Amino acid sequence: MSSKDSTKRTLIVAFSLCVVCSIVVSGTAVILKPMQDANRILDRNKNILSAAGLFDPQQDGDESVAERFSQFSTYVIDLNEQQVLGNEQLTQLQIDIDSYDQRLVINDPNYSEALERQEDVANIKRRVIYPMIYVVEEEEQIETIVVPISGYGLWGILYGFLALEGDANTVKGLAFYELKETPGLGAEVRNPRWTALWPGKKIYDEAGEVGLRVIKGQGTGDYQIDGLSGATLTSRGVDNLIQYWLGDDAYGPILAQLRETGL
Amino acid sequence: MSSVKQILLTPLFENNPIALQILGVCSALAVTTQLSVTLVMCVALTTVTAFSNLFISMIRNHMPSSIRIIVQMTIIASLVIAVDQFLQAFAYEISKNLSVFVGLIITNCIVMGRAEAFAMKNPPGLSFLDGIGNGMGYSLVLVVVASVRELFGSGSLLGFQILPLIENGGWYQANGLMLLSPSAFFIIGFFIWALRSVKKDQVETREFRMASHSTEEGAF
Repeated sequence: MSSKDSTKRTLIVAFSLCVVCSIVVSGTAVILKPMQDANRILDRNKNILSAAGLFDPQQDGDESVAERFSQFSTYVIDLNEQQVLGNEQLTQLQIDIDSYDQRLVINDPNYSEALERQEDVANIKRRVIYPMIYVVEEEEQIETIVVPISGYGLWGILYGFLALEGDANTVKGLAFYELKETPGLGAEVRNPRWTALWPGKKIYDEAGEVGLRVIKGQGTGDYQIDGLSGATLTSRGVDNLIQYWLGDDAYGPILAQLRETGL
Repeated sequence: MSSVKQILLTPLFENNPIALQILGVCSALAVTTQLSVTLVMCVALTTVTAFSNLFISMIRNHMPSSIRIIVQMTIIASLVIAVDQFLQAFAYEISKNLSVFVGLIITNCIVMGRAEAFAMKNPPGLSFLDGIGNGMGYSLVLVVVASVRELFGSGSLLGFQILPLIENGGWYQANGLMLLSPSAFFIIGFFIWALRSVKKDQVETREFRMASHSTEEGAF
């Protein structure tokens, strides 16, 4: 047996290789983390702005994001208590509003919960109890409310933002930023020509129930959106997630509260 | 000098890792719907192959043969994680599109294959060039596949609309198949066919020959 194949030599090589590689890996991860976090937040803000129709990825550059987003105030709400959380409650929950990412705590039992089969209309299995909503206020009047939404389509969960007018009833825009739907069919939920159908539609009917539906065929009136042809299950998924997130179990009561009393 | 040139250029057509060795096909199917994403994947894979070859070649004489493969994997995996971190920091949009496929470079047979077949036996400089050459061979096929898929699947190249789509008021009906993974199989197949029509020596010898039909008299 040559010397390089001896047990001692093998252990030395394995150990030193592990040390060197772990330094390289952890070094790059630590050094680049601030930039990655900045990218993640920039990306989220961009998605929020495009849902509200304030950002066009084709034309606007990244540098305009920070300025346009500055008009939004971020709030964390409690879906079980149906209230907007104040600073004290946030400290209690150890949520720092600047670095809190609701997508990252989806499996943390302190911040999220499993959904019962029958209440899980959007088929998402777990939900964050404390989602963030984004509000534009002008002279004490609410102008825009943006809420995060998610729901199962055909191949996976679609993630997006829904923007509402200050009346918390009229749709201002819809944007999905992450999905696994079929390109050319289900993934057309991102087509600007389809999302352009949404602004102006109403969510709640006279009885206060969610009346907005994604239907098959030509949608008419304030409460109907054309489903995507060739993407029945994705359209149904979008319909389900609207029913769920705007319904009584999720944002419904908070939106009603905002409509009546403001923040 | 000629050997340097040979190492760099033979993987392009003579000994293409995808077309001749049929390695690394899985990522060629997954990341070729958009040319811009493909280009980043190509750069990532070429970087990883080149540097893993370099480092493995540097320590090849100290590498105990019993843990050879694990040592190679550790080096490759560390490099891939570093590349992934860089992409997340500097090309966030594209790294989101590539999602798990950057991480899957670890299991790309081209990287392992070159480490084992070339870097273990050759000096660092040449190994580095071999990594670049094979990365380019891989890139060549991917760029061809991605150009075809993006042009006919979305009517655009690098995001610029070339064939105006019917959905947006143009005349071109996008070919949905091109956006799905199986289309890459067809395109790679056509690529290999074209390559082997020009370079006849790449055609494999037949493993069997179809027998001709036997006549009725002969059968009984």
